[in-house]
Amino acid sequence: MPMLDVKNIHKSFETTEVLKGISFSMEKEETKVIIGTSGTGKSTLLRCLNQLDPPDEGEVWLDGEELTNPSIDINRIRQKIGFVFQDFNLFNHLTALRNVSIGLEKVKQLNKEKARERAMDELKRVGLEKQINQYPAQLSGGQKQRVGIARALAMDPDIILFDEPTSALDPELIGDVLDVMKSLYGKVAMLIVTHEMGFARNVADEIIFMEGGVIVEKGPPKQMFQSPTKQRTKEFLGRIATLYGAE
Amino acid sequence: MRGLAVTIELTLLSMLCASTLAIMMAFGRSYGKQPLPFIALIYEKIFRGIPLIVIFILVYFGLAQIGILIDAFSAAIIGLALHSTAYQIQIYRSAINSIPEGQVIAAQSLGMSKLQAIRYILLPQMLRLSIPGWSNEFTIILKDTSIAIAIGVVELMRQGRYVIVREPSVALYILLVVALIYFIFVFTINRGLSYLEKRYHISGLEITKAR
Ligand SMILES: Nc1ncnc2c1ncn2[C@@H]1O[C@H](COP(=O)(O)OP(=O)(O)OP(=O)(O)O)[C@@H](O)[C@H]1O
Ligand SMILES: [Mg+2]
Repeated sequence: MPMLDVKNIHKSFETTEVLKGISFSMEKEETKVIIGTSGTGKSTLLRCLNQLDPPDEGEVWLDGEELTNPSIDINRIRQKIGFVFQDFNLFNHLTALRNVSIGLEKVKQLNKEKARERAMDELKRVGLEKQINQYPAQLSGGQKQRVGIARALAMDPDIILFDEPTSALDPELIGDVLDVMKSLYGKVAMLIVTHEMGFARNVADEIIFMEGGVIVEKGPPKQMFQSPTKQRTKEFLGRIATLYGAE
Repeated sequence: MRGLAVTIELTLLSMLCASTLAIMMAFGRSYGKQPLPFIALIYEKIFRGIPLIVIFILVYFGLAQIGILIDAFSAAIIGLALHSTAYQIQIYRSAINSIPEGQVIAAQSLGMSKLQAIRYILLPQMLRLSIPGWSNEFTIILKDTSIAIAIGVVELMRQGRYVIVREPSVALYILLVVALIYFIFVFTINRGLSYLEKRYHISGLEITKAR
């Protein structure tokens, strides 16, 4: 049984159907990258997984529990699903350290001292031991995003969802964040929406190409980049190579 | 000198009640499930439409009518609080709405309930953002209080008690009618004004664009 099992997800906003039957699964500690054009429903899919935007139809299973079952305690489940946002969404009134420790204190019920120690470890892990007492407004974009990753990691999630984690960053800061993500490979499952094709090619176990609310094609990076079976995949990868610089 | 002490006491107590109530209603309006936003909206519309003096009288005599006897001082606190709440909701609401919703979503993604997200993430930021509006409202209450005392609201109420005792059913009826007339009057004027404001705004925009 896979760790995460997504079965036939449908989601509409008003009259437009954004997701038209998405199915895939992930094993423990696997890394998958979702690519696709803007407005194709990638963010919507991630929000459907942790039920921030519950799907209209279909099932999401994590560790043998059905998250789409309305009677489940979703707050308990969300601890197991980290979320890293494009625009960071840090808590502006808290220091980097408190941003990471607040979930441990208020959700995991750790005492202040334990939460602090754990938060410190996570911030070290993302290379921010010097910034622990700074507020989000005093951090660079790349540092903010690394706090966001540390905040997600601290909860000991089974999987972390990344929604375009480097899209809001200046080019010279992207590398630091991608390095941190690379260092997590094989330690926690990651589902990453990104346009960073170099990263996708080098790190992902599988690439999922979405368009028009469906998965057009998925496969290991080598196959996807060198011999995609679908014409649409070929076109998209060709276009993105010219847009973001081919490698 | 007694008057000053009473003013300060009245101000502090009604400010405390009004702030608490207004903060709850502001969160209800922005993040609550129906019917909470609707109730808060109706409250705001009604209590912004009724003049303070009418609220005082309604509270004092209205409560007496249904058998709750309170002293004029308490009535003044309740009246001031009810009135100020309607205005303070706006202060807190604009503070809440200026905090990006993404922070609440991030908190929920960590496993916080909506209430926890409000308590630990929104509330501390909202309070800081509300300080200017809050201190402004504070001076307004202070003024209202001293006016209430100066024109003898407390005394007025004591006198009025006799009317109520003599003609109970008629008194409340008259009060409610007066309040309703006031409300409709103020409400209509407000509506008219905000309509004008909108029209003015749009035409203003056109002018700047045309240039
Ligand atoms: N809350 C919402 N209400 C209405 N429509 C929405 C909502 N959220 C998303 N949509 C619509 O759903 C479609 C898919 O949006 P989504 O953000 O999932 O795309 P995306 O693939 O993440 O795009 P991008 O690469 O720009 O982030 C868009 O057309 C968007 O306008
Ligand atoms: Mg998106």
